[in-house]
Amino acid sequence: MSAEATIDQETQNAIDVDRAKGDFHFPENHKFDAGVGLSTDTINYISDVKNDPDWVRAYRLKAYETFLSKPMPTNWATEDLNNIHFDEIRYYLADGQKPMRNWEDVPAEVLETFERLGVPEQERAFLAGVEAQYDSETAYSSVKEELEKDGVIFVNSTEGLKEHEEIFRPWFGKVIPTGDNKFSALNSAVFSGGSFIYIPKGLKVKHPLQAYFRINSENFGQFERTLIIADEGAEVMYMEGCTAPKFESTTLHSAVVELVAMKGAKIQYVTVQNWSSNVFNLVTKRGLAHEDAEVRWIDCNIGSRLTMKYPGVVMKGERARGEVISIALANDGQHQDTGAKMIHAANNTTSNVVSKSISVGEGRATYRGQVLIPKHLKGCKNNTECDALMINSNSKTDTYPAITVRGNQHVTQHEASVSQVSQEMLFYMQQRGISEAAAMSLAVNGFINDLVSEFPMEYSVELKRLIELEMEGSVG
Amino acid sequence: MITATIPAWFEEIQQSAQAEYDTLPMPSRKDENWRFGNLKQLDFDGFTPENSSEISYNIPELPAGVICLPFEEALRQHGELVKEHFMKREARLGSVKYAALHKANVKSGLFVYVPDGVCVKQPIEVNHVISGAKKIAFPHTLIITGKNAEVSVVDRFSSANNDDAGLCIAVNDLIAGDGSKLSYCAIQELNLSSRMIQVNATQLGRDAHAIAFTLNTGAQWARNEAISHMEGEGAHSDMLSCSIPTGTQQYDQRTYQHHAAPHTNSDLLYKNTLYGTSRTVFSGLILVDQGAHYTDAYQTCRNLMMEDTAEANSMPGLEINADQVKCSHGSTSASISDEEIFYLRARGIQPQKARRLIANGFSTEAVERMRNDRLEELVIEAIDRKFASI
Repeated sequence: MSAEATIDQETQNAIDVDRAKGDFHFPENHKFDAGVGLSTDTINYISDVKNDPDWVRAYRLKAYETFLSKPMPTNWATEDLNNIHFDEIRYYLADGQKPMRNWEDVPAEVLETFERLGVPEQERAFLAGVEAQYDSETAYSSVKEELEKDGVIFVNSTEGLKEHEEIFRPWFGKVIPTGDNKFSALNSAVFSGGSFIYIPKGLKVKHPLQAYFRINSENFGQFERTLIIADEGAEVMYMEGCTAPKFESTTLHSAVVELVAMKGAKIQYVTVQNWSSNVFNLVTKRGLAHEDAEVRWIDCNIGSRLTMKYPGVVMKGERARGEVISIALANDGQHQDTGAKMIHAANNTTSNVVSKSISVGEGRATYRGQVLIPKHLKGCKNNTECDALMINSNSKTDTYPAITVRGNQHVTQHEASVSQVSQEMLFYMQQRGISEAAAMSLAVNGFINDLVSEFPMEYSVELKRLIELEMEGSVG
Repeated sequence: MITATIPAWFEEIQQSAQAEYDTLPMPSRKDENWRFGNLKQLDFDGFTPENSSEISYNIPELPAGVICLPFEEALRQHGELVKEHFMKREARLGSVKYAALHKANVKSGLFVYVPDGVCVKQPIEVNHVISGAKKIAFPHTLIITGKNAEVSVVDRFSSANNDDAGLCIAVNDLIAGDGSKLSYCAIQELNLSSRMIQVNATQLGRDAHAIAFTLNTGAQWARNEAISHMEGEGAHSDMLSCSIPTGTQQYDQRTYQHHAAPHTNSDLLYKNTLYGTSRTVFSGLILVDQGAHYTDAYQTCRNLMMEDTAEANSMPGLEINADQVKCSHGSTSASISDEEIFYLRARGIQPQKARRLIANGFSTEAVERMRNDRLEELVIEAIDRKFASI
């Protein structure tokens, strides 16, 4: 492709992510295995293995009750949810390794995983912190010394709850209560892995913190739990990227991510996800923004059988700001059910949602959103834009926003459009010697270009590449 | 009033509809079609169907071949036509139970049949007066247009007095034949103790053009469900509404634009002007079937918040299963800006009057889309009556 000519070969090699490279898995060699299915025994086993404090064990057991009592949300969501067989899933697997502090101690197998993922060497060195989750336990976790010096806590959830209870417990499960939905309850019962991050007052973290997640055991669901707290005036960007090998049977991924931005703090959470198309990815993500704080979710969903993900922001303090920027690409057999939730709970809060989806082949992309501006508030603003692009004649797309406004001192607007790449545009490019497929790919990249630029540089390049790969063979 | 004996086939339909009503569950809070809805309003305990309906017809001079009769009369004289089109479509927007109740009890309303190529210039006007406390009226409007025919009908609903708590469950079937033009307008001005459920089903043939307009100014609670099925190529459907709730009034509107054939287009514009502690719900869905390529579908809901205590809920939705489609939806909620008021004040208009003028202009945009002088005149009169009462 001509657009790539501007990138030199070396960079190109460094950023090339071949999706086929994700289609592998290593011999399974797990020290701890909670077995198949879910019961109080499973939960006690997880608690035993992880040596949970008593309150965490009680929290898990209570969440399990909630999980059982909650119905599947099929009254509004797809019936496909009924194809998740909770009895056939492994809820906990781990090598039992303690989080390690430097690369030399990481097992060769895990290092090879990174190699095949295409994480460039220089990037690893450059990035401030690399947190790689290999199966449910964090296999490697390094925080640059200077960050530690500054008082940043960047640990996995087990370590965080044990060693920094006074910081994390007050916020743990507060942004997303156990009973929020069936899958947040499930996560609360069996969570393992995920990051706990605390940024002290006034610290602006220069480099993004990063985590790579992988699923590597058949029938194995990942239930990571992430909590990020940015204290007054702090700023942080967190990035997660996911690729998963292909499996014969369905896997379930159900994470809970909570963000707390104290007064004047700023948190950006970036996700680039590329699940294989048998994964159910049912994620609950929500941020709490105090006075003058800002929470941004930057989200890219590619792959998976069904993704249900509606990042939310509760704007609790005056002048708080929430933003969701999302790109979804649904290919054959995939359903991207994504959206945003903006809860205005204080005066003069503003929120912005920009969502772009692409349906390829028989893929289905859905936008589902909620904006709530309750009574007695004034000066709240919301802007929602969703654009859908359909590539083939059997592609599907839906939009279901819900907007509630009480009072006359607010401004909300919602706009959505659906379109396809016009024949004229393709013809124009073909006339200039660009093949139909390349023209289509260019048009699609143009469609999402303004959002891609919101992603950090290394992700945006990877993202464009991923989208090109997904588009392969969709035209002609 | 003619009291016609009901034909046996119709009695059968009514009996099975009653059984259907009895077995169907009440809508629940979990039902997406009732999201943000007020289920308390569905408590009809102690309500009984009215004994006789008070309907007056204002029928213009009709060209030969046009049939325009009270519904019960049509049942007797044109049973076959009624049988073919009467409530053939499922009320899929949440009120299936109440549509069944309507089916089981309907005995009055309007039947219009316009044969191929015939054009009725003046609108047919029907006045429904709901009277009696705790009485339910079940008026039905069935309009059928033949090929390239044209007709317009207006239904006006009002109450006999200001106190009686009445209920009106109305269902319309609008069958627009190939190339025909069918305009329908409902003006709802019930008293503030009454409730209204209206289910409107429009079906469009090839190159047909239908306009369905609803004005809500009365009733304590009104639920409108409007479905447009575009089944023939080139069909065009305009779905319009204008609501001005005040005090504690609540309007709950659900719409469905169903594109079942290629090259169809629909355009929806719903405008709400909210005063007091009123509340509106708008839930719209554009469904483009597989194969319905080259569809143009637009959906716009605009809420003008006149007071700080009002609440507007909007759920504009799209479901697209076809290619080469142009669809968009938009929803806005905002109040009148200070600049607009300032502009009018600078020209010597009192702030209160300025606000009224802007609100009136805002409402009129949907009215003018009907492009029918008489219908527009009737609606604007009703809007003026409402604004005069604020």
